[in-house]
Amino acid sequence: MTEPSVSYRGARRPARSRRVDSHGVSIAVYEWGAADAPPLLLVHGGFDFAGTFDVFAPLLADAGWRVISWDHRGHGDSDQTALYSWQADLRDALAVMDSVGREPMPIVAHSKGGGVCMQLTEARPHRVSRFVNLDGMPSRWPHPDVADHERTKLRDSELGGWLDWRRRAGELSRKPGTLDELAARRGRMNPRLSREWLRYLVTIGARHDADGWRWKIDPSMRFGGFGPWRPDWSLERMRGFPVPLLGILGLIEEEMGWGTTPDSIRPFLPRDARLIGFEDSGHFVHIEHPQRVADLTLEFLEAAA
Amino acid sequence: MTIKLRHNRVELALHELGDASSGPTLLLLHGLGERTPKRVPAAYVAWPGRVFGLDLTGHGDSSIPRGGGYTCEILMGDVDAALAHLGAATLLGRGLGAYLALLAAGARPKLVHGAILSDGPGLAGGSARPGTPIIPMPDPGALAPPDPFALIELASDVRPPDYASSFARQATQLSELERPISICTLERPDWLRALLEEPGVQECEVADALAYYARPARRRGG
Repeated sequence: MTEPSVSYRGARRPARSRRVDSHGVSIAVYEWGAADAPPLLLVHGGFDFAGTFDVFAPLLADAGWRVISWDHRGHGDSDQTALYSWQADLRDALAVMDSVGREPMPIVAHSKGGGVCMQLTEARPHRVSRFVNLDGMPSRWPHPDVADHERTKLRDSELGGWLDWRRRAGELSRKPGTLDELAARRGRMNPRLSREWLRYLVTIGARHDADGWRWKIDPSMRFGGFGPWRPDWSLERMRGFPVPLLGILGLIEEEMGWGTTPDSIRPFLPRDARLIGFEDSGHFVHIEHPQRVADLTLEFLEAAA
Repeated sequence: MTIKLRHNRVELALHELGDASSGPTLLLLHGLGERTPKRVPAAYVAWPGRVFGLDLTGHGDSSIPRGGGYTCEILMGDVDAALAHLGAATLLGRGLGAYLALLAAGARPKLVHGAILSDGPGLAGGSARPGTPIIPMPDPGALAPPDPFALIELASDVRPPDYASSFARQATQLSELERPISICTLERPDWLRALLEEPGVQECEVADALAYYARPARRRGG
């Protein structure tokens, strides 16, 4: 594996990488730690990639875990596909899990990865031993109080805008730029993360073309979107979550976060679930506080073992 | 004649079925697992204009993407790719195509000159609310087309009644037609039953709906 040209304190590239075929889609899989250590799945969120765990994953690996992560379809070095959906992400996750082993294993998952993998755990409780959710707990969306005719106009521009963008999706490509420009662009989505970290991420999550750096993520993917999904559905199922659960919330609201508060989520948790809120963190708890999140994770995994 | 259109990485087949060279455009949307018929079905031959049929992603002569990931919202994008080519059209959907016609009528109220919802495979979808979570796994050896991922994913998707209603409401408020949605089905899944409460939705026979939408748009109150 080539070393990135920019280093970051504590960051370590995976020890091994391989490809997993998920029904014709090639998924890039990465591992930190000893190959014969007990496996642990580490799952990134939307618009991220496995390399965003370069600081956090080694902390778990050095504590004796074989940490396995992957770039979701359309992200990082995995294949870009024509279709993306929650169901497809579930299938890809299961394909990676199948490539690791049959024994139940713990999952540590951030943001959308947390939502997807909680559903995976509900659908395959025999494959998962325990679950750590990093600021990916569902939350009720606030419904803005607007007049009917305003809502019609908003929805019209939302739907029409989405279709207009689909009409162009096949011709889009990521805008090239210097390493610093890409870091600055990502900084708009990650306003709390340091410039040094964002520069480091560019060297992994972007490729260097003749005309500059380009983020690898599929240009036909779009932040946000719409569909019939309701957070209430997953909230209602959470009480029956089948394996021990630790939730860590970043309580400072920011662009990529879901705005979940401890009070909003607690009534839905299983009785023995643990929930910890970080008052001093945004959405990327494992990047802002890698050691603290690793310590809590390791302690939880040992206690539940 | 078949025209190839592009929707992101998918090549879509748009078939022209009738002989007419002018008049209003009718676009047929097939049901789940089906494909565009070879010729205009007898029930629709009275349509006074051009007739087209779109093969949805993973169906008929359209391409089959790798690894699934179907949603009705993406297939609504297929319909919109056809509208981008054809201009304004009346949509006549069977089953899954009926649900897509509703979504397109709500999202493109100025381009969809009426959506006719008729019986066919995939009308109900999964259910109004999600059931026990599943991870749909198709038979990798299944004959394709149709894409086995489409068959399993679009038979288990969630179609909440209030979500469907919101599209009917958009169509009603923004279309030039008084009644932009026509329900011509015997099967009435929850999402479809909810539409009946919307003012711009009419229940009728397919022939009546075709006759209504074949007339030029009349301004409301005109």
